[in-house]
Amino acid sequence: MSAVEARQLGRLERPAITGVLVRELVNFSSYWRASTFSSTVEPTIFGSLVSRVGGFPYVEFVGTGTVATAVLFSSAFPAMFGTFVKYKFQRTYDAILAAPVDTEELVTGEAIWIATRAGVYGCVPMIVAIFFGLDLSWGMLLVPLIGWLAGLGWANFGIMIAGFASSFENFNYVVSAVLTPLFLLAGTFFPLSTLPRWAQILGEINPLHQCVQLVRDAVFLNLSWVDLLRAGYLVLFALVLWRIAIHAMERKLID
Amino acid sequence: MTDELAIRLRGAVKRYGPITAVDGLDLDVPVGTCVGLLGPNGAGKSTTMRLLTAQAIADEGEIEVLGFRLPRNSKAARAECGVVPQLDNLDVTLTVEQNLLVFSHLYRIPRAERKEAIERAVQMANLDARRHDKVDKLSGGMRRRLLIARALVHRPRLVLLDEPTVGLDPQVRQELWALIDALRSQGTTILMSTHYIEEAQRLADTVLIMSHGQGVANGPPADLVLEHAGREVIEVYGPPARLAEVQTEAAEAGLRTRRTGTSISILGVDANGHPFEGERRPANLEDVFVLLTGEEIE
Repeated sequence: MSAVEARQLGRLERPAITGVLVRELVNFSSYWRASTFSSTVEPTIFGSLVSRVGGFPYVEFVGTGTVATAVLFSSAFPAMFGTFVKYKFQRTYDAILAAPVDTEELVTGEAIWIATRAGVYGCVPMIVAIFFGLDLSWGMLLVPLIGWLAGLGWANFGIMIAGFASSFENFNYVVSAVLTPLFLLAGTFFPLSTLPRWAQILGEINPLHQCVQLVRDAVFLNLSWVDLLRAGYLVLFALVLWRIAIHAMERKLID
Repeated sequence: MTDELAIRLRGAVKRYGPITAVDGLDLDVPVGTCVGLLGPNGAGKSTTMRLLTAQAIADEGEIEVLGFRLPRNSKAARAECGVVPQLDNLDVTLTVEQNLLVFSHLYRIPRAERKEAIERAVQMANLDARRHDKVDKLSGGMRRRLLIARALVHRPRLVLLDEPTVGLDPQVRQELWALIDALRSQGTTILMSTHYIEEAQRLADTVLIMSHGQGVANGPPADLVLEHAGREVIEVYGPPARLAEVQTEAAEAGLRTRRTGTSISILGVDANGHPFEGERRPANLEDVFVLLTGEEIE
């Protein structure tokens, strides 16, 4: 063995990822009620409050926009906090990595699970909005997929942040300096065109905004080639952060 | 026992910044044996365990586990290993059975064999009556038994036990020793780190005494005792001044000594004519450890 020979990477095995997913699925059976409750009640209250603003059906705008924020909240946050707790306090990842699972597979399995949850929970605001007057369309069938794709990126983002963090306090910087501005510049509650030019530019490179636009274009059947670019951007976002998340967790988990 | 090695370390070095946790360690664990890594906290035992699962990567040296070269082929090696960690890392919100179910998937037990494997592990850990209880409702001893069962769910060829009974009361420790002993008698290869002398003496076929990341003595416990501390020890009790005198006299007589609080132990007295008056007792592994490392041990 050379002095710095690396542990084998770059080979994803389905049984290893399945094992990670099974662990998450079995765990989910113990907390799905609380998780589903919080994901449902919040948009319901929100929807009932903002379904009409100034006499206009604001629900169409916000009901679709909040899909993206629901995806963000059900992916980036659980990924950050959950990952940190699992490696720092519960030592769950030590147990998993003692089995035939590598960090790459661990991160991939965790991200897929979180993205799947985000894809499902992301639909809740839209379903609530339907009850408050949003018209049905076939494009709504694409929303879980869009939520999954965006959720994958945000899950990788959260895992990456947890991998670089040394304490819970570090997350405050990320929430205040990254997630909150991205949330405000996503075009969820008001169109980006109403913002200053610099904010519009930032909004265009914001993956959350791409998710908002994709959802709206799908729900209102306005899909065009631009949406392919948006989807490609989300794929790129997920892929880049996936590799960085693996690198960050490898540093954290392998001495 | 065979000459085939389940674990082979040659010159393994692991550094954490300026600290060298494992310092040129050589270790052989023949198939079908139980080898104990004995040493105080900070001796490098847990780091050695992490090297064997590639959760730590050696800076220098060669490591082979079950014939697989590490770290490159660690995943193949881990598939045939069971690891019992020093710190409890069970999923506390899951039941006993659910914990085993998760690891039956992680260890890739075929679907048709999964139920039987879980059942076997539950019975082995004597947790049949608690199988549907969540882990946070179990006692410390039960949780430790479940950790062992989890490591054995896939019938590994090699089991790594990192301080398996640390922090447990004597009764639970005895229960776990019986469990490990049963495993050992079934021919499973075991590498066990411990800082309990009695544990190493009772369970291990051979012991590697570690200090400051190095192996300082290696062999069957009885042989180590005989080689380094002789058959008998004389314990001399007295005030500090008297103990200091005895220490000087023993040194002049070419005998090795060990200070143990209110007494001094004079080692290897069986092979020498000597003038010392005190209580005779058989030499033990603790004498060897303190003699070789200068460190007290539990």
